[in-house]
Amino acid sequence: MSIQTAGKPSRALELGRIGKYAILLVAAFLTIGPVVWTLVTALTPTDSATHITSVGFGAFEDVFKKIPVWLYTWNSALVTLIVAVGQMLSAAMAGYVFARYEFRAKKVLFALVLATMMVPMQVTIVPVFMLIRGMGLADTLLALILPALPTAFGTFLMRQYFMGLPAELGEAAEIDGAGPWRTFFGVYLPLATPGLAIVGILAFNYHWNEFFRPLIMTISDQNFTLPLGLVTLQGNLGTGSVSTVLAGVILSMIPALLVFVFGQKPLREGLTAGAGK
Amino acid sequence: MSKTLPVTGSTRAVAIASGGEAPKPTKNRALIWVFLAPTVIGLGLFNFVPIIASTVLAFFHWDVITPPQFAGFDNFVWMFDNPTVRVAFLNTIGFVIAAVVVQLAVALGLALLVQSKMPNWLRSFFRSALFFPLILSAASVSLIMAYLFNQEFGLVNQFLGLFGIEKVGWLTTGIGAKVVVLLVYVWQNFGFTFLMFIGGIAGVPREVYEASSIDGATGWKQFRDITLPLISPTMLVASVMAIINALQIFDQPWVLTRGGPGDETRTAVMVIYESAFRELNFGGASAVGIVLTLLIMLVTALQFQLSKRYVFYG
Repeated sequence: MSIQTAGKPSRALELGRIGKYAILLVAAFLTIGPVVWTLVTALTPTDSATHITSVGFGAFEDVFKKIPVWLYTWNSALVTLIVAVGQMLSAAMAGYVFARYEFRAKKVLFALVLATMMVPMQVTIVPVFMLIRGMGLADTLLALILPALPTAFGTFLMRQYFMGLPAELGEAAEIDGAGPWRTFFGVYLPLATPGLAIVGILAFNYHWNEFFRPLIMTISDQNFTLPLGLVTLQGNLGTGSVSTVLAGVILSMIPALLVFVFGQKPLREGLTAGAGK
Repeated sequence: MSKTLPVTGSTRAVAIASGGEAPKPTKNRALIWVFLAPTVIGLGLFNFVPIIASTVLAFFHWDVITPPQFAGFDNFVWMFDNPTVRVAFLNTIGFVIAAVVVQLAVALGLALLVQSKMPNWLRSFFRSALFFPLILSAASVSLIMAYLFNQEFGLVNQFLGLFGIEKVGWLTTGIGAKVVVLLVYVWQNFGFTFLMFIGGIAGVPREVYEASSIDGATGWKQFRDITLPLISPTMLVASVMAIINALQIFDQPWVLTRGGPGDETRTAVMVIYESAFRELNFGGASAVGIVLTLLIMLVTALQFQLSKRYVFYG
């Protein structure tokens, strides 16, 4: 080994470097650790005396016995996918019009769209609930889907995106005889795929995980979404088996994990998109 | 003619014929309204009308069963008179302050470390690991944390036991429950602020640092004189977004403690939920919502003022 007699500044630097990695490793351990612990606990059910009774997927099988996992997953998937696709479409269309057309009410309408972003969903939940009830949709999945289809934030994002695309593309297409509809669906929409991905992934992440609206809008448990079902599984403050609850938690994480692994770039961009000034 | 307006041959002809600004082609009017309809009708019906309805409802007594009765400012007086609601608001404000301070400090510190000199693969590993909790559901996270902070068998107390610390009643004492809600919330949400800071720090031109190094500035001085002023716009937006999000906290305390012990972790949104859907006090719930909205508007307005005066835009 050839350790040079390091001068003072470089030794301080070396210490700083070690300190830096130590802090980052501890932080990464703290963010990932609880989820790893969850997985390990789910795979190693214990009895009341905290002795591991078996290793394997027993707890996962228990989840399926205790709550209708497939039904809840289906409900969650249905709501999440319809909302994600609906938001992508509605945001793309409205964003396109706001970016590329002039019409009289444009400024007012766009200001109103932005204004709705200021008021949190929890504040409007009472009238929305009444409205849904009046429409005869209380305790249905449509109660979760319909109000989530329009998106002010997505519209804003897609408008920015379309404004970044050159106007000449549309002009060229229309000179070639494409009507305004084909110009949108054939030329601009395909080019806006990265923006659409952001809107879709954010919608997916939010609605797959959401808890507050399902808690209010669904009453009978055949309409529960997965997060709501899991909290039911927990029972009255921890009377449910730890491993079973955590196995359910792991199951519910799988789609979000897939998004994290395969859609990380649009996810990161989307999460910070609101911050861009 | 606007740059963003697509021009068709016929539009141009019309524009020339009418000798000035192009009238909007009528054949596109259909597209405009068809494309706007889902968003405008949807937001109108499910956001705009409910905002107005909420505001009106805040001035009425209404339990759904009997017709609404005008209440004047009763519901707002109720908010301040009712000990539970008052405590919930104080809890929320205390929580927001603590959460935002901790979240910004942790996020900024870690963002600075991640953006410092290191191999790229390592940087992307740390970045991914640190914003990972954002993708989980608050309900799931709270279920996990409820077990980790369990007084009897929780891992946290087992760990503290190694140092001879007696079992802490994390979720059964007021202060313990508050700390856990704060930790769980920040654990899950700091990644958002962290990503924003990474963007802000990456935006500081390298040359600025190089120039200041030549002038002999290092470490703390460089951070104070260069990084901090240059990321102040990010800092402002990050704090405002963190405040607005924290004001709406519900999922974590609901799953962890249901607002308890007593009212120790009850929050404003929890009061909205409970007064509306448990006690059928829709007027009161709306009043709480309106006050929450006013707080959010106040913070947003403050952001505009501050960004005009203090933030340094390079």
